[in-house]
Amino acid sequence: MVARRDLAAYLNNVWGYAVIAVVLVVDGILFNAVALGDRPKYSAEVMEQFFYFSFGTTVIASMLLTMRLVAEERQTGTLVLIDSSPLRPWQIIGGKYLSAMTVLAGLILVTLYMPALVFVNGKVSYGHIVAGYTGLLLVAAATAAIGTFASTVSRSQLVAGFASTALTVVLVVFWLLAKVADPPLKDVFSYMSLYDRHFRGFMQGQINTEDIVFYVSIAFVSLMLSTRFMAARRWR
Amino acid sequence: MIEVEGLTRYYGDFAAVQDASFSIGEREIVGFLGLNGAGKSTILKVIAGLLMPSAGTVRVGGVDALEDPDTLRTKIGFLPEEPPLYREMQVREFLRWAGQAKGCSAKEVDAELPKVIELCDLGTMQHKVIDELSHGYRKRVGIAQAIIHRPEVVILDEPISGLDPQQIVEMRKVVRSLKERATVLISSHILTEVAVTCDRVLVIHGGRIVATGSTDELAEQQGGGGSVTLSLRGTVDAVKEALSSSDAVTDFEVDEDEALVRADVTLADGERARDELVAHVVAAGLGVFAVADTVSELEQAFLQLTRGDAKATLAKEEKAS
Repeated sequence: MVARRDLAAYLNNVWGYAVIAVVLVVDGILFNAVALGDRPKYSAEVMEQFFYFSFGTTVIASMLLTMRLVAEERQTGTLVLIDSSPLRPWQIIGGKYLSAMTVLAGLILVTLYMPALVFVNGKVSYGHIVAGYTGLLLVAAATAAIGTFASTVSRSQLVAGFASTALTVVLVVFWLLAKVADPPLKDVFSYMSLYDRHFRGFMQGQINTEDIVFYVSIAFVSLMLSTRFMAARRWR
Repeated sequence: MIEVEGLTRYYGDFAAVQDASFSIGEREIVGFLGLNGAGKSTILKVIAGLLMPSAGTVRVGGVDALEDPDTLRTKIGFLPEEPPLYREMQVREFLRWAGQAKGCSAKEVDAELPKVIELCDLGTMQHKVIDELSHGYRKRVGIAQAIIHRPEVVILDEPISGLDPQQIVEMRKVVRSLKERATVLISSHILTEVAVTCDRVLVIHGGRIVATGSTDELAEQQGGGGSVTLSLRGTVDAVKEALSSSDAVTDFEVDEDEALVRADVTLADGERARDELVAHVVAAGLGVFAVADTVSELEQAFLQLTRGDAKATLAKEEKAS
């Protein structure tokens, strides 16, 4: 119920289309300017660079699409509709997350035309494409869950946007902190980094269980916290 | 139908509701009357399962709010002061969604939809986008979403706020007709609205239930006979003497107003107090230029129950109008 309504809200709203359009345009420009570039490259290198910047655009799209999920309902007063229904907090959060993930997955899959273009003048391994897209979907799953959490605890969409951006930036910056920190913090920062350690494998066409577990864990913890927060509101 | 025992609800350290106990029967229309911030909405939100009680028990149709809040919510239809509507949706589409979100199957909702649309007089609006509707129609859609799942209890928080006089009359009809389907709880700070619509009133002040009964019973319990303003011809001393000696008067204030003397009089209880007062001042040789009712019996009872706070609010509202 919730997922269906929220998905319709994305499709009936200019915001959803605007985010999708901007992300696709930016992806296209970066693919042409950065991945293809102006010098001859191996197809694998093109794909690696494509997945590198797609990580960034996926994260940004995720923040922009999830910030409205709960915060908008709180702002417009419609949260009481689902609060007064017998829907359980996990159903509400799960439904909202599912709607955002459907849009994000659609957006990510639409970019498939870019790797397809590489086939024209090059040779790409299907495995590389599958691994890269699996990585992008996992990044989307993790960051959409972070965005859902930020939207659940925020009073307005704007605050939700800032909160989810801040949380995601911190997780991305762990990669840089890992470079300058000493052990054991170095290992902690490295493991907690949303990029580098966990995404580089997908970029290069490898699928590692550890990376999958990492992104799924981030998504699970964020959604669990969101659910707990929704349930706790009735007691505050 | 509704049993509330020792209900207390805190927001942080602030007790919004304290030790409230009452019971409401089937098919009653009950008004929750109180000043802004008295605790009416909090009580209704706890009954609706939107908030959990800090202490005490709330049971609706035998279902405990703490033990089984999900089942409790299926028994309740709730309309807050500002109708919660997805404005981009069409009325019919929205009501179908609301019914299913409240646990009904698509088949059940489709069977109920025509009845609800007729009851709320939304026939001509059912295919319109909610954003295009007037405030009055949005309130109706709000009521429709609250009853689409055939709840046993319908809770309406300030249902007439923001409506024009014609819309208020129409809304009263809709609310009265809900009685055939459910127990109806209405929160309001407008005395006349409660008097016109409700079978029974719970007066809430400072988070506590301070009185309960029909509007007539409340007026009788509080011994409130209402208030009148007299514009009299005569001297201030003569007016004071006449009012002091009348059994129909419990309190008065006198002001000299140009050629006339103005007296604000609180009447004693009883249907004939007003007539007796007028006869008394005429017998005292005073000329009666005008007699105006200033506070009804219910208002008088409400003033006595809520003391100074209510008086200040009523004076403010009178000044504003």
